[in-house]
Amino acid sequence: MLCFYVLLVPAVMAIIAASFSWRAWIGWTSAGSSALILGLGLTLSVRTTLDAPVMALHGTLRADPLSAFMVLVIGTISLLATLFTPRTMRQEIEAGVTDVGRARHYAVLMQVFITCMLLAVLAANLGIMWVSIEATTIATTFLVGHRRTDEAFEASWKYIVLCSIGIALAFLGTVLVYYADLHVGAHHSTSLDWTSLMIVAHHLNPDVMRLAFALLVLGYGTKVGLVPMHSWLPDAHSQTPAPISALMSGVLLTVAFYALLRFRAIAEMALGAEFPRTLFLVVGLASLLLATALLIAQRDLKRMLAYSSIEHMGLLALGAAAGTPLAIGAVLLHILGHGITKSVLFLSSGEIAHNEGTTEIAKITGLLTRRPVLGGIFGFGLLALVGFPPFSIFVSELSMARAEVDVGLWWAVAISLVCLGVIFGAIGMHARQMLLGEPLVATAPVSTARSVAIPLVGALVTCALIGVLAWPLQSLLHSAAHVVAR
Amino acid sequence: MSTTYVGALELASGAVLVSAVMTLWLRQVRSIVSMLRLQGIALAAVALLLAIHEHDRGLLITAFLVLLVKGVVVPSLLRRVADLDSESRESAPLVNVSASLVFAAVLIVLSYVVGSRIIFLAPSAATHLTPIGIATVLVGYFMLVTRRRVVSKIVGLILVDNGIALVTFLLTAGVPLIVELGSSLDVLLVVVVLQFLILNMGRHLRTSEIADMKELHD
Repeated sequence: MLCFYVLLVPAVMAIIAASFSWRAWIGWTSAGSSALILGLGLTLSVRTTLDAPVMALHGTLRADPLSAFMVLVIGTISLLATLFTPRTMRQEIEAGVTDVGRARHYAVLMQVFITCMLLAVLAANLGIMWVSIEATTIATTFLVGHRRTDEAFEASWKYIVLCSIGIALAFLGTVLVYYADLHVGAHHSTSLDWTSLMIVAHHLNPDVMRLAFALLVLGYGTKVGLVPMHSWLPDAHSQTPAPISALMSGVLLTVAFYALLRFRAIAEMALGAEFPRTLFLVVGLASLLLATALLIAQRDLKRMLAYSSIEHMGLLALGAAAGTPLAIGAVLLHILGHGITKSVLFLSSGEIAHNEGTTEIAKITGLLTRRPVLGGIFGFGLLALVGFPPFSIFVSELSMARAEVDVGLWWAVAISLVCLGVIFGAIGMHARQMLLGEPLVATAPVSTARSVAIPLVGALVTCALIGVLAWPLQSLLHSAAHVVAR
Repeated sequence: MSTTYVGALELASGAVLVSAVMTLWLRQVRSIVSMLRLQGIALAAVALLLAIHEHDRGLLITAFLVLLVKGVVVPSLLRRVADLDSESRESAPLVNVSASLVFAAVLIVLSYVVGSRIIFLAPSAATHLTPIGIATVLVGYFMLVTRRRVVSKIVGLILVDNGIALVTFLLTAGVPLIVELGSSLDVLLVVVVLQFLILNMGRHLRTSEIADMKELHD
């Protein structure tokens, strides 16, 4: 029943948030419920690693180490995001950007969004997984349009149209997998179940599976933000309130990537390693190159972070292209590290945007002298993002590169290293402007609220600890990687 | 297998594709919405025929669900949007109507080529009609790419979705009921959200074409 309780927590929280008008305590209770999800995720991780997969509701929900790891990631990021919800809402209400009624919608939709993501990673049936991933689109559309400005509506319009048509392809792909599965004698009611699919995956018809997998990569790739279907991402990320940007970048994208990891395993068994590898290489390198090009001349802080997400999703795709257990383990570590780092950056950039009244990079200067703590957090976050040790992105990027070289993809590693170098230069240039540039007006340093500093510093320290001490995660990553890689 | 069954199945599937092509040809938003209603009903008929033929109770429920969602609710939601700018026509599609129709023919041929690569696995009267569903999906994407009005984009989206539903019915006699329920609900919600967005967008966004939306760019 553990899987069921994981879903129950945010669902109940959504009902609570819907029943009362917005108060700060609802925000704090949401943070408590996210902490509970994180705790349940830890329990699930321990149980699935040491023991067998956990089931609930007659096998509708199923958690293996991979699902448990994703629950852990979702719990961590939503804890960070919900901790900032009371503050963000207070600032927005004070600024007149939103009102109490819309703050309530925001709190409810955020919990619905978290519930849908959890259902996506816990569903035993790959069709239900599709339904929940599509449901996250619907829940987040209103969160993207939360500010109700023309820009916000435009972003949410683009977001829902592009993601819906993109992910429709993934449904077609899923139907084709189902068709191939029925043909090898699977029963109607269980044939999209992960366990039964993996048993017959060797026998699935290669012609049908090739078409199916290409559709799945394009379709779920839309939601991951992989080129060529990425254009919704920078708009949506730049328009949402900071906690939602953190959730979208940290987990919404990677939950869709999780779906791709599952289907990659099936495709690998049906088609061999070569076909999935080629597809992942193409979309991964294209995303990396595009993100590099657009990061150089980026003028907006939040869009810069959004393009960096496309870059990191490209790196994940390259890791998946290698497809060995080492590579998948590194991909999963990267999902966690990128999620935490990007959340810290989005949340601190929300704070910066609130203080400065702008997200334009050129207009933000001298943060380190004016707001030393906030500027410091932001600076360390950027260092973690571009892959400085001891933060975990350094470790995961290194292991992904090693795994890619192992399977002979050294040329892809070379290209990605060049891209990472250019991105390092570009982000460094923007960071120097924002952090060290001459302040426009000389003012005394302003302190940063503890409620902002403590969670963010805590998250950065966690990220560094994960990078230094692998042991608490090692066995979980190992067993999670072996679910989808041989 | 009776010839009536095959004939009826061909007729209903054909109606889905014909109504898709008609949406490319028609200009009045209201007539386009009527075509979508017809398409929803034809789709439900396909599901019903298959349900009777395969004695599948789940598919029977699906058929009624499709009739309700795609034949009734979605068209009436779109109708409200159409009433909002009733005098609007697709003023300047990126590809003109006659060229669109020629292109649709190309897409139909293409979908037979693609279809043959999957039909061979389980040839039957139903699976042989799968290319019709694929063609509907492609026509939907074509509409999304070449039409600029907000309403036309939604119509394209619905065509894609109906096409996929048709492929699902013909190829596998429907996905498991719970997945079907979930995906129908998703589609319905997407249309509700899109309708909400259109009705609430700033006036200039609402009346202008989607290509003019360029407040967000790099």
